[in-house]
Amino acid sequence: MSLSNIFDVAGSGMSAQTVRLNTVASNIANAESVSSSVGETYRARHPIFTVMQQQGNPLDFNSLFEEASGSGAGVKVSGIVESQAPLNKQYQPDHPKADEEGYVFYPNVNIVEEMTDMISASRSFQTNVEIMNTAKQLVQRVLTLGQ
Amino acid sequence: MAISFAAALGIHDKALAVHSQRAELLANNMVNADTPGYKARDIDFKQMLRQQLDEVGEVSLKATHASHISAGNGLAGAGELMYRTPTQPSIDGNTVDLQIEQAEFAKNALRFQTSFTMLNSKIRGLSSAIRGE
Repeated sequence: MSLSNIFDVAGSGMSAQTVRLNTVASNIANAESVSSSVGETYRARHPIFTVMQQQGNPLDFNSLFEEASGSGAGVKVSGIVESQAPLNKQYQPDHPKADEEGYVFYPNVNIVEEMTDMISASRSFQTNVEIMNTAKQLVQRVLTLGQ
Repeated sequence: MAISFAAALGIHDKALAVHSQRAELLANNMVNADTPGYKARDIDFKQMLRQQLDEVGEVSLKATHASHISAGNGLAGAGELMYRTPTQPSIDGNTVDLQIEQAEFAKNALRFQTSFTMLNSKIRGLSSAIRGE
């Protein structure tokens, strides 16, 4: 029954948004983590969302057709990429982490971008919770059929 | 005189099935609101319901052996899913408008409850006819 599939769909959305929120927290926490070389510096991390395709049961012919129709069954995080934006290089010769030329490297984390990402993630999470709530109400209604 | 349960329940049980199918589709759209390149999809409710009602006359595979698997008629065939026309293009190719989807989902849930209420009253009518009160 497709109403119970909604729980899986909304659940996958909630878990994906949680991963996104996690990367935002990690980026903001490390926004000021300095280092003395380009390779060691923290880079902003972002999740990549892709559509989760329905996994058809090979013994069930109908589900194979549903898979072919490509309606999808939720969202998944296919990977987390590090931002390739240039690092923030600052001349601070007194800094204990400064390299021999007097430069320290700050992560390429954009705090404003991260904050908007956080708001977007929490709103999407709320939407998913509402979807799940509605589905729950509908299923509970159906259980009272004929009473 | 025999009571035909299929005729007594009318259109409502089919409508309920199509509504729950559509709820899943809309939930899928909303969940993928942040997925780059995702295209919002929907079904034509009227066409879908008609197809559900006409499914007796639908083409089906002929089974010449008892162990043949029937192709059946899954609710969402390949042809019926359509793409929503985006109101505004987005740079990542995503066509989900969260507000539109939320409104459609709420509407769909309300119509589901309407169909359910109608179905419930039909069943209640039948059971009071059976009891003869």
